[in-house]
Amino acid sequence: MDPLYYGIALVVSVLAAGYLITRWRVPASHPARGEILLRIRTWCWIIAFFVPILVTPQPLPSVLLAIVSFMAFKEYITLTPNRQQDRWAFLWAYVAIPLQYFWVVQAWYGMFIIFIPVYLFLLLPTRLVLSGHPKGFLNSTSTLHWGLVTTVFSLSHMAYLLVLPDYIEGNRSITGASLLFLLVFLTQMNDVAQFVWGKTLGKRKILPLVSPNKTWEGFLGGAVTTLLVSLLLTPLFTPLDLPRAALVGLEIGIFGFIGDVVMSAVKRDIGVKDTGTLLPGHGGILDRLDSLTFTAPLYFHTLYYFYY
Amino acid sequence: MYALCRWLFVTLLAWPLVLLWLGLTVRHRQRLPRQGPAILIANHNSHLDLLVLLTLLPLSRIPQIRPVAAADYFFRNRVLRFIAVWFLGLIPVVRGKTPRRDRSDPVTTNETLGESVDPLAGCRQALAKGEIIILFPEGTRGEPDVLSRLKPGLWHLLKNQPEIPVIPIYLTGLGKSMPKGEWIPIPFFVDAYVGRPLPYDNDKALYLQTLEECFAVLATKGATRLRRTSPTDER
Repeated sequence: MDPLYYGIALVVSVLAAGYLITRWRVPASHPARGEILLRIRTWCWIIAFFVPILVTPQPLPSVLLAIVSFMAFKEYITLTPNRQQDRWAFLWAYVAIPLQYFWVVQAWYGMFIIFIPVYLFLLLPTRLVLSGHPKGFLNSTSTLHWGLVTTVFSLSHMAYLLVLPDYIEGNRSITGASLLFLLVFLTQMNDVAQFVWGKTLGKRKILPLVSPNKTWEGFLGGAVTTLLVSLLLTPLFTPLDLPRAALVGLEIGIFGFIGDVVMSAVKRDIGVKDTGTLLPGHGGILDRLDSLTFTAPLYFHTLYYFYY
Repeated sequence: MYALCRWLFVTLLAWPLVLLWLGLTVRHRQRLPRQGPAILIANHNSHLDLLVLLTLLPLSRIPQIRPVAAADYFFRNRVLRFIAVWFLGLIPVVRGKTPRRDRSDPVTTNETLGESVDPLAGCRQALAKGEIIILFPEGTRGEPDVLSRLKPGLWHLLKNQPEIPVIPIYLTGLGKSMPKGEWIPIPFFVDAYVGRPLPYDNDKALYLQTLEECFAVLATKGATRLRRTSPTDER
C-alpha cells in the first residue's frame, strides 16, 4: 500500500492523541491549555483542507493550492504599506495566480518556471510606471514582486510536485502526492521540533533583534531531529537514497528556520505581531506557511535535479 | 418579493464579495443589536462599506435593515432608483438643500434650516416601524482611512427619541480595496470593529464631538489589535 495513507493516518493519530492528552491530562488551570487546544483544532481544519489536495485528481489540488496562494498574497499586501495608484498593478498580480497554477495543471514546466521570475518581473513595473508616480516606485515594485515570488511562485512548487510523473522503481511506484506529503510533513514537523527544543533547552539567542524567542538550542535541536526523521522517511516517500535523504533533511532543517525568521523580519519591519487572523491560535496563513516558502522550491529542485 | 430581492442581493453579492474575495474580521460582533429600532453608524470610504455592514447581520433581519443614502446620488436615474429601492432598501435623504453652514459660527445654523420638508422623515418612519437603519455620519465617502467632518443629521434624528441605541462601527481597509471613483474591488483583508452604544447628549456640538472621539478610539483599537510587537508576545 502507498505509504502516503500511513503518513496521513500517523498525523491524524498524533493530533488526536495530543488533543485528548491536553483535554484530559492537563489541568484546566494551566495557562497554555486553551491556546494548545485552539491550535490543535486549527490544525484539524488545516489537515481537512490538505488531505483533498493529496488524494483527489487534478485540477482540484491545484485549485485548492491556488486558493492558498491567493489568501497568502492577500494577507501580504494587506500588511505592507502601499500607494493608492498601485491598485492596478495589484490586480495584475492577482491575475497571475490562476495563470501560474494553470501552467501547473498543464504540466508546462518551462512556463511555470519563468512566468513570475521573468514575465511578471517585467510586467509589474510596466504597469506601475504607467500610472506615472515616481515617488515610492522602487518600494512598490520590490515589495510587490517579493510578495508574489514568495506567496505564489515558491508555494506553487508544492502543486508542481503533484504533476511530476510517477517514479517507477522495481515493483514500487512513487506518486507526486507522497513527495508533497513528505515536504509538508518535514517542514511542519521541523517548526514544531524547533519550538519544542527551544522551549525546553533554549538559552543562547540566535537572532535577538529579529525573533527574540529563537535560540541556538531550538534551531540545532530541531534541525538534527528533522535530519534523523528525514533519514527514516525520505527513502520511503521519495526515490532519494540515504545520502540525498540527509541532504533533504538538512535543507528543510536549515531553510525552514530561515523562512520562519525572514517572515519574522518582515513582520518586525512593518510592526505587526501576526500576519493576520485567519488561523485561530496560529495567527495568519503566512505565519504557518513561512517555512514552506523556502523549503518548497529547494526540495522541489533537489528532487528535480536528481530524478526528473 | 421585496424581501426576496434583499436576500438575493446579500447572499449572491455581499457575502461572496466580502467574505471570500475580501475576507472580513469582526471584533465584538455580540455588540450588534438583535432587533430594531436601532441605528448603526460607520465611517465611509467605499461603496463596499454598505456590503460589509449587511454581512454583519443575520439573514432573517435583512429586510428590516435600511441604509440611509443621498437622494441625489442613488435616486438620480430610474435604474439606480430601482436597485436602491428593491435590492438595497435605501432610505433617500436630500442633502445640501439647507444653506452651507459657516464653520466659524455653528450656533446660527439651526435658524437657517427653514420649516420646509423634514429631510429625515424616511428615517423616522423606518425607526417607528422598528427597523434598523444604517447611517454614514460623514455624509460622503472620504479619503481612505481618514475621518471627515461628521454631519449633524444623526443628532437631529435622535433629538425626539434619544432612547434609540446608536452603535458605532469602524471599518478599515475598504477605501484601499475600492476607493471613490473605482469600480473593481482589489482583494484585501478588512476589519470591522463594533463599539459600545453611544449615549445621547442634548448639546449638539458636544454630541458630535463625542461621536468623533468615539470613532478615533475605535480606529486606534482596530489598528492595535494586530500591531503588537512587544517581545513577550512573540511566538
